[in-house]
Amino acid sequence: MAYSEKVMEHYTNPRNVGTLNKDSKSVGTGLVGAPECGDVMRLQIEVDENNVITDAKFKTFGCGSAIASSSLATEWLKGKTVDEALTIDNMDIVEELALPPVKIHCSVLAEDAIKSAINDYRVKNGLEPFELAKSHH
Amino acid sequence: MELPIYLDNNATTPLDPRVLEAMLPYFTNKFGNAASRNHAFGWVAEEAVDYSREQVAKLIGCTEKEIIFTSGATEADNLGIKGVFEMYQDKGNHIITATTEHKAVLDTCKHLEKAGAKVTYLKVKEDGLIDLQELEAAMTDQTILVTIMYGNNEIGVVQPIKEISAIAHKHGALFMTDATQAVGKIPVDVNADGIDLMAFSAHKMYGPKGVGVLYVRRKNPRVKVTAQIDGGGHERGMRSGTLNVPGIVGLGKACELCRLEMDSEAKRLSGLRDKLESALSQMEESYVNGNVEHRLPHVANISFKYVEGEGLMMAMKDLAVSSGSACTSASLEPSYVLKSLGLSDDLAHSSIRFGLGRFTTEEEIDYAIENTKKAVNHLRDLSPLWEMFKEGIDLSKIEWAEH
Ligand SMILES: Cc1ncc(COP(=O)(O)O)c(C=O)c1O
Ligand code: FES
Repeated sequence: MAYSEKVMEHYTNPRNVGTLNKDSKSVGTGLVGAPECGDVMRLQIEVDENNVITDAKFKTFGCGSAIASSSLATEWLKGKTVDEALTIDNMDIVEELALPPVKIHCSVLAEDAIKSAINDYRVKNGLEPFELAKSHH
Repeated sequence: MELPIYLDNNATTPLDPRVLEAMLPYFTNKFGNAASRNHAFGWVAEEAVDYSREQVAKLIGCTEKEIIFTSGATEADNLGIKGVFEMYQDKGNHIITATTEHKAVLDTCKHLEKAGAKVTYLKVKEDGLIDLQELEAAMTDQTILVTIMYGNNEIGVVQPIKEISAIAHKHGALFMTDATQAVGKIPVDVNADGIDLMAFSAHKMYGPKGVGVLYVRRKNPRVKVTAQIDGGGHERGMRSGTLNVPGIVGLGKACELCRLEMDSEAKRLSGLRDKLESALSQMEESYVNGNVEHRLPHVANISFKYVEGEGLMMAMKDLAVSSGSACTSASLEPSYVLKSLGLSDDLAHSSIRFGLGRFTTEEEIDYAIENTKKAVNHLRDLSPLWEMFKEGIDLSKIEWAEH
């Protein structure tokens, strides 16, 4: 299967690879997937006092589409408020990266990672976690 | 050196230019039907087919009359297994095979189970070899066929064929082998090895695609198979259909070249393979899959832990290799062969198969080593698992999200 140019571009020059301090109160960490399934994504956000995401980092074990999806997600997250971030839908990622149907679950994983990072941040700061839709991976 | 570098010779091999040259006349002026008995066009084609039969026979140590030309190994596996099952039904209905066989064998057996066959799928040991005692224990008075592949297409392990055939024969069963990956690469002799039926394909040995062989023993014992394709009665009634003369000529030439060059070629390739494998297995957390003693000279299957195979192949974009990762297939299951060795799913997802061939050079291997190392390191920099491993976190203790 050939990859779209956008997948190749993110894969070759992934944005925001790295690690934020997971113990910091202003950092939310989402770790989704499982090694047995061949994909694990870790996505982290740093949130300021105005509820704006000032930084986002990822590391992903998975196929090229999974890496590109998480790279794109971090790019989109930066500068958004937490509430805006919650509206990112996996189909937006599918569209932007022109993912074929067999790779849709890679984008689902990225959406799950965003939501679970946000929830981690919320719980750390004494807020209720959002109800997460059941992963359809 | 041209890029990309082809290191997927277990999937298919390029056609040797000498094979192409032998084939060309049979597409053009020597176009006759080998079954046309009444004119020179037919005779020329028949002669070419006969000569090819001789070349194939010489390579595997049989006689010309024991060769049935087919469209490839898949058809030969089907004809051999279904043909024996139907022909020997009154003797029994039990077939023994192994879990690491090619789908052409496994799915044929599955098909026969619906038709009343009882099939035993032997597990393999961690190194990919079957356990001879388990085979012995599985034999019953209903067993008509034992079919175990010669060399495995994913990991390259070579089964103890002589011992397996001896066990089958002791219990009165026939022995068949899918030797698609072995013929032309290592010495295969149907008599020394005790083989009654054998399948292989031309395109894995520098011949053309779409042509293969089912060897069927004619003496001690005389083996018969029920035809699976009915028609004009070609190939002594066992496989009807106008012969693919150019393909068969190419197969014959390919067999001749393999026979003449096998010894030196096997040495050269295992030298290159060992160089590649030792360089890559020196990397941290990389594991060679399958028995490293009993194996084909041109295959290395290596798992690079904490990186995923498809992602890795994308980074190795100048190398054409393959992976046991599920992400490369439509299903979400990683390679069933690697899983049969008892490999955990994550290691199966992390595997890369390097298949060397006649046209692989040392320069290409040196490039492949550097390219692979770079790709693995790049992907590990991106891998959360690698980071956790480096921090000493036990990944098996983490509760991963169900999905
Ligand atoms: C062991 C084995 N058996 C059978 C086959 C099928 O060969 P073909 O596709 O030429 O029919 C292959 C090739 O993939 C193989 O490696
Ligand atoms: S992570 Fe497996 S297909 Fe994308």
